[in-house]
Amino acid sequence: MAAARKKHAVEFRGIEKCPTGIAGLDQITYGGLPRGRPALICGGAGCGKTLLALEFIVRGATQYNEPGVFISFEEMSDELAANVRSLGFDLDDLVKRKRLAMDFVRVERSEIEETGDYDLEGLFVRINHAIDSVKAKRVVLDTIESLFSGLSNTAILRAELRRLFRWLKDKGVTAVITGERGDGLLTRQGIEEYVSDCVIVLDHRIQDQLSTRRLRVVKYRGSAHGTNEYPFIIDEHGISVLPVTSLGLDHPASTARISSGVARLDTMLGGRGFYRGSSILTSGTAGTGKTSLACSFARATCARGERCLYFAFEESPAQIMRNVSSIGIDLAPHVARGLLKFHASRPTLYGLERHLAVMHRQIEQFRPAVVIIDPVTTLMAAGVANDVRSMLLRLMDYLKSQEITAFMVSLTHAGSALEQSEAEISSLIDTWLFLRDIETGGERNRGLYVLKSRGMAHSNQIREFVLGKRGIELLDVYLGPSGVLTGSARVAQEIKEAAAMKSAARAVQRRQKELLSKRKALTAQMAALQAEIDAQAEAGEALLLDDRATDDQNAVERQAMAASRKADRPDSRPPVTRARP
Amino acid sequence: MSPPPRKPAKPKTSEEPGGAEWNLRLYVAGRTPKSIIAFTNLKKICEEHLQGKYRIEVVDLMEHPQLAKGDQILALPTLVRRLPEPIKKIIGDLSNTERVLVGLDLRPQP
Repeated sequence: MAAARKKHAVEFRGIEKCPTGIAGLDQITYGGLPRGRPALICGGAGCGKTLLALEFIVRGATQYNEPGVFISFEEMSDELAANVRSLGFDLDDLVKRKRLAMDFVRVERSEIEETGDYDLEGLFVRINHAIDSVKAKRVVLDTIESLFSGLSNTAILRAELRRLFRWLKDKGVTAVITGERGDGLLTRQGIEEYVSDCVIVLDHRIQDQLSTRRLRVVKYRGSAHGTNEYPFIIDEHGISVLPVTSLGLDHPASTARISSGVARLDTMLGGRGFYRGSSILTSGTAGTGKTSLACSFARATCARGERCLYFAFEESPAQIMRNVSSIGIDLAPHVARGLLKFHASRPTLYGLERHLAVMHRQIEQFRPAVVIIDPVTTLMAAGVANDVRSMLLRLMDYLKSQEITAFMVSLTHAGSALEQSEAEISSLIDTWLFLRDIETGGERNRGLYVLKSRGMAHSNQIREFVLGKRGIELLDVYLGPSGVLTGSARVAQEIKEAAAMKSAARAVQRRQKELLSKRKALTAQMAALQAEIDAQAEAGEALLLDDRATDDQNAVERQAMAASRKADRPDSRPPVTRARP
Repeated sequence: MSPPPRKPAKPKTSEEPGGAEWNLRLYVAGRTPKSIIAFTNLKKICEEHLQGKYRIEVVDLMEHPQLAKGDQILALPTLVRRLPEPIKKIIGDLSNTERVLVGLDLRPQP
């Protein structure tokens, strides 16, 4: 904090700042109010301007060693006194220790007769005396405009106020002047024209039946400042202004990884789970197991011996614990050991800013390693979407700066576009898990996939998300012609595949047998043919022998015939010879 | 702040010590022309209307700033009628004699 202030002081060297100590206000004014000059805080009745001024004084006296003077022109109301007491600021003690001087200036018109020229030197004397008595560096003039109702000569009053503010500047005190908002003017008497260095407007309005206090820096001469309207809250710790974005985007980034509590999910997230200090969003339609996943993560956190803070906005802690015990997640021992803390409240119980403040406080007190918000979407009922976004942004900034892992659950309405309800916060999310119903074969089953996960090689596959007796399991899904198969369709597919494999094996066997018998048949055929060949060869041999025998016989008979006819050439015709095969 | 031509004593009491019936206190801050005019005017009115029964106390807030709180002094000069009761406050240099008399209840409201 101190370092941040120093940095801003360097950045905006032009003007010296006087830190208010009010959370958030110093951020949007880059360090505080202009030192040594008057600043005007104006707004309607009950907008918190007196409290802001008082807190400026008290924090100056207690935190910055700058004693203060509080000059009130109105009766100190009981409510304010009670407020201040509950802030833990003991005004009486500060007065006793000479850190604070208070003076109540009362002007009763009916008691006063004006008889000629006068000035407000008496007021100067009183303020001066108060400043000197505690060596004050800060001065508050609470609703100095009350003077206008007590004194009738406005010409004198205006001249004297101008002189007063100049005099305060010369004294070198940082002054805060409060003013009631007027018609068309920032203040009823237009004193903003005398206080030109810094003007802050407070506002308290009702939007959608939700009351929101807002603060805006209208003007800050010589300094940059946030120009938006910033919501602020008043609670038992004083005022906190909620800048839409914290100015620094320089929170540390841890490379340590933590398990999600589901081994298979860790595998999907690059094998090692979430980054520590990252923000995780789990969104899904109703009944997809978001809370179970959150509880699984909570259990894993507590099992590591780290603290986990669970903000429940829909179910009571007992109900959550009973429900997740049915899937084997027993959180009761972790609650008993003080590692797990539930904080349950209705989102509509109070406004968004207060929710944020309460959460801050809880986180500061419990110092958890993991914060679970279940669900973040119901908070949207407590505020306008834009406000919710800025609130979450601020919360996440805070968590990141503390290296706290944020696990948020978000309910997506069936039928709406996937990103619709989370559009406001998706850019703030590091890891986004999506749970959805997969409807096939007359069944609804749960599917999980990683929509995005910054800084890690994550799986792009859908896993079936099964809530069993032993907790959460992630299973592969089957891709069929009709999409992914889950549940009993997946089981059926498994059986079908096993059967197909068996029958394929049988077919191979059968074919092998067939081939074998065919080979045998062919071999037998070959043997038969050979036998036939042999038989034929034998037959041919026999034929040749017969033929020769016949030739010899013929020759003998021919010679015998020739001899009988007395032929001179007994062997004119050669005998027929047959070639052997 | 120019030095005054005449120095008002402090606390300034009137010549008649027994006149405690009217107890008037005039708050000023230093010896400014305005405070001197106021004192002169007051003295004159008292002499005319309250002779012998008044007492004027001049309080210089430059010297006793802590006294401003008690009587809720804001504008200067301020004349406070402490006695008779109720307490009345008259601010300004008392140059409007009519209004001073009304303020002191020496004359009914016009």
